[in-house]
Amino acid sequence: MDWGTLHTFIGGVNKHSTSIGKVWITVIFIFRVMILVVAAQEVWGDEQEDFVCNTLQPGCKNVCYDHFFPVSHIRLWALQLIFVSTPALLVAMHVAYYRHEAARKFRRGEKRNEFKDLEDIKKQKVRIEGSLWWTYTSSIFFRIIFEASFMYVFYFLYNGYHLPWVLKCGIDPCPNLVDCFISRPTEKTVFTIFMISASVICMLLNVAELCYLLLKLCFRRSKRTQTQRNHPNHALKESKQNEMNELISDSGQNAITGFPS
Amino acid sequence: MSWMFLRDLLTGVNKYSTGIGRIWLAVVFIFRLLVYMVAAEHVWKDEQKEFECNVKQPGCENVCFDHFFPISQVRLWALQLIMVSMPSLLVVLHVAYCEGREKRHRKRQYVSPGMMDGDLWYTYLISLIVKTGFEIGFLVLFYKLYDGFSVPYLMKCDLKPCPNTVDCFISKPTEKTIFILLLVIISCLCIVLNFIELSFLVLKCLIKCCVQKYSKSFQSSACEPQPQIC
Repeated sequence: MDWGTLHTFIGGVNKHSTSIGKVWITVIFIFRVMILVVAAQEVWGDEQEDFVCNTLQPGCKNVCYDHFFPVSHIRLWALQLIFVSTPALLVAMHVAYYRHEAARKFRRGEKRNEFKDLEDIKKQKVRIEGSLWWTYTSSIFFRIIFEASFMYVFYFLYNGYHLPWVLKCGIDPCPNLVDCFISRPTEKTVFTIFMISASVICMLLNVAELCYLLLKLCFRRSKRTQTQRNHPNHALKESKQNEMNELISDSGQNAITGFPS
Repeated sequence: MSWMFLRDLLTGVNKYSTGIGRIWLAVVFIFRLLVYMVAAEHVWKDEQKEFECNVKQPGCENVCFDHFFPISQVRLWALQLIMVSMPSLLVVLHVAYCEGREKRHRKRQYVSPGMMDGDLWYTYLISLIVKTGFEIGFLVLFYKLYDGFSVPYLMKCDLKPCPNTVDCFISKPTEKTIFILLLVIISCLCIVLNFIELSFLVLKCLIKCCVQKYSKSFQSSACEPQPQIC
């Protein structure tokens, strides 16, 4: 089980995403997951081993490391990537539910003119309309919330995005204020800034996608009201014809059963 | 043999699960298996190497580590994942057995993979109950073994050969506590999903039985001969 499995899960959602959504998935997997796996994990690999404090007191190093790094950067990034990718599953579940209902109606003989066979239902791309629009928009909203929350947690935990080369620590059992040295602080700062920039880009893509979906909805609704306004006579004629047809069919029925009309 | 084997086995269960069962599978794959593989395993990687006691007496650290961690939290997590996933295999085995029987008798048992009736319903229900039992059992074991779900930064140890009560320091206690709490929250979520699925299955069966009984009694009263009026 690794990032490849997550890619399989999320890749399935790709078919039903907008173009901005597809760009977002690409940015996530290339600039964040891949960088995390091939580079960041190597940089942070020996972080506790090479964290050195200027003291021989046993336990001081452990306690100071735990105080300055309550959660490691790479673990926080891994959790961020998992949480940010998960809302896409809402869309996948909705599409799966829609296909299940379509297959059920097809077996009952209802949607025979829409689909050729059951395989056609599985292959057809589902449009982002109606209830799926709401699910998709909610998933983007949650993505933005998770990204922003993790970036804030990062900033709060590490007092910014820069790693210093020395930290002062005076927590028990350290006998006094000792100097503790982090391994590869500059390289870690570079990767931190890279990952934060990628997060910001992903957040901007999500905001752009949200605006695009809202604009599309407003445009569709205004087009519908405009069509209704342009052809009101046509709509009125249709409704009057329907009323007359109903009256004719009712009087016809009454004539057949023998009741006076 | 690795976690991929478990993943492939469980993917087969997906076809015969209810909607809630599929949500449960997604939660297990993403929030438990994936988190374990990409993050949690690395947190506990150097746990014994970085476990340090304030003493030079050889053997004291080993004895104290063994006393405080009879089984590592991350190994217990892995065992929990395996045990909790196993009952779903009962369903897969049952379906494989029925398909084998179908081939022998050349008769179709299930109209579609999603339909669950008769024996498969009982197997599915039993697998749900066993799954929930394992989840609760492991959470209780976790709590009892480690006196709660938090990892302290310091533990006092006075076992032989330690000369007196020594301070022993655990590595990354805060990070370990965060991951254990995440594990507990996701386990509780899985327990809730199992209960909802259990209630849904039982209710569905009761409604089906009531509807069948009602339609039978309606049919029998409709077939009774009408009294003749002379």
